[in-house]
Amino acid sequence: MGTRDFIRERFFPHMWCPGCGHGTVLNCLIRAVESLGLDKSQIVMASGIGCSARISGYVDFHSLHTLHGRALAFATGVKFSQPALTLIVPMGDGDALAIGGNHFIHAARRNIDVTAIVMNNRTYGMTGGQYSPMSLMGDCGTTAPMGTLERPFDAVKLATAAGATFVARTTTYHAREGISILKRAIAHKGFSMVEFLSQCPTQYGRRNGLADAPSMLEYFKTHTVPIGSEKAQEDPNILERGIFVDEDRPEYCESYAAMVQKMAPSSGDGGAL
Amino acid sequence: MEERVVFVQGNGACVEGALYAGLGFFAGYPITPSTEIAEILAARLPRQGGRFIQMEDEIASMCAIIGGSLTGHKVMTATSGPGFSLMQESLGYAIMAEIPCVIVNVQRGGPSTGNPTHVGQGDVNQARWGTHGDHSIITLSASTHQDLFAMTVHAFNMAETYRTPVILLLDEVIGHMREKLVIPEAGVLPVVDRLRTAVKRGVDYHPYLPREDGRLPMSDFGGDHRYNVTGLYHDMWGFPSSNPKVVGSLLNHLVEKIETSVHDITRYKERYLDDAEVVLLSFGSAARSALHTVENRRRRGDKLGYFELQSIWPFPSGLVREKLRKARRIVVVEMNKGQVTAQVKAAVEKPERVFLANRIDGELISPTNIATILRIIQGKGV
Repeated sequence: MGTRDFIRERFFPHMWCPGCGHGTVLNCLIRAVESLGLDKSQIVMASGIGCSARISGYVDFHSLHTLHGRALAFATGVKFSQPALTLIVPMGDGDALAIGGNHFIHAARRNIDVTAIVMNNRTYGMTGGQYSPMSLMGDCGTTAPMGTLERPFDAVKLATAAGATFVARTTTYHAREGISILKRAIAHKGFSMVEFLSQCPTQYGRRNGLADAPSMLEYFKTHTVPIGSEKAQEDPNILERGIFVDEDRPEYCESYAAMVQKMAPSSGDGGAL
Repeated sequence: MEERVVFVQGNGACVEGALYAGLGFFAGYPITPSTEIAEILAARLPRQGGRFIQMEDEIASMCAIIGGSLTGHKVMTATSGPGFSLMQESLGYAIMAEIPCVIVNVQRGGPSTGNPTHVGQGDVNQARWGTHGDHSIITLSASTHQDLFAMTVHAFNMAETYRTPVILLLDEVIGHMREKLVIPEAGVLPVVDRLRTAVKRGVDYHPYLPREDGRLPMSDFGGDHRYNVTGLYHDMWGFPSSNPKVVGSLLNHLVEKIETSVHDITRYKERYLDDAEVVLLSFGSAARSALHTVENRRRRGDKLGYFELQSIWPFPSGLVREKLRKARRIVVVEMNKGQVTAQVKAAVEKPERVFLANRIDGELISPTNIATILRIIQGKGV
């Protein structure tokens, strides 16, 4: 199968702005799925609301375009009710970490076998460029005309602390690395989280001195380094990329199946209160 | 399964009805007075090949059951007022995306945290209009455990038939009271199974193209057809559309599929309506006191009648108008400020005949309370 077999061509062109990084994330994702040799009828993509969430309409999987922040809760229902399926959940940064923050940490804690991709463009793009929980301190947005006063989350540290068993970060500049990280994340048994820095020149870049896609990609190039690089220790504005966590711990659906094995078969009204 | 006789809480009767109907997936979050439903299912479902999960909140619970329904399972969640408030957004999603599911709301006193361990019936209008936007909804109720069992089965049947969320509106007294329940043999009560598409793999399947009879056959996620599900207005493929024709016809479809089926959905009980001068109309635990009052007064020769709504939404206006045509007075017994009363007034001729007999302090309205209010209504003093 070629990569084109994984998209719904009749729904193109996509609705993302020129220069948007989300198409690159889609590209990396399709290539990762293709090279893993997965059956597209066994993949469910659940997404939330926002620019990022529209990605689920463009892929030829079972697609579930849900509510703002709730994609992981829907995905949990799909996965737990049919554990054979592969669940991929792309979300925006506001989607995953503001309104969806609670579902994010609990899906990680539960270690349910779902791949969460945080398409982090540090803004609410679809509603016009408001600051997000991933906007850097001082970043300007339509709701932070003087610059945001808040500190952003570190999605990698958040997912790690919440118990995610696979945690990684990459950027749209590093597309080949992105493909290989997504492959590892999807193949991982358990909750995997990939923070994918993605440029939004239209709503974020214009307000923050990076008015076009090349300058934003250049920023990703110069402001990220592989894990362990000394530069990251010296400069707090430089982020590490790569795989931070890759652990083997009991996956939720498998634990449930093991529990069922141990339970006595139904006897009368066992459990009646 | 053979017939079984059990002595259970209403919450337990609800579980028995759900399992009888084929419940396969439950997601919930603890909240008084509904928690026993989750507790019993946590023990029962895994033993029967089903799945139980406790989610991080009621929002997630409602989202998870929608996901579980999409893979082909019969699904349910259970909650009370504050949790029901949290579920409203995803309830609307299930209406829009036409996902069968059952939501049990064991009502307590509201608003807000209210009166968690006491009874109330204040969520009638929230069940109807809690989620935003125009829509229609099915809401059922019950006053005895035997009825609750049957109405739970009916809830699942309606959810599958109309591809819609169905709300089972119980209350704290019904949920916690213990009563005898006869669980019928399999096959005694009809059970509507998921209608799945006959379209073969590889052939274009239109998830939102109704058949001639108006029903929409489904295809399980992970099955033969890959399609899109969204909370946006969508076309017959499930793809977002803001085409005015698509938007208008979808909203009409969502409302009309329920409003035009009111006869199929409606369930009620009646006694002594033929010669009744005063009819007590009620639902849920309040109906038990109403029935007690009617039976007692009948023995004394008073011409009281009883009408119980087991389905509240869509409100059976035509039926209520017809059944209450002859009554001189109609007294709606409910534990709120008159939410069903307003519907009855709107439904009947001469609405000045309609009175409210209520109690709103967290205690069950008693036959004595009803008798006192009847005396006032009839101008006999207190």
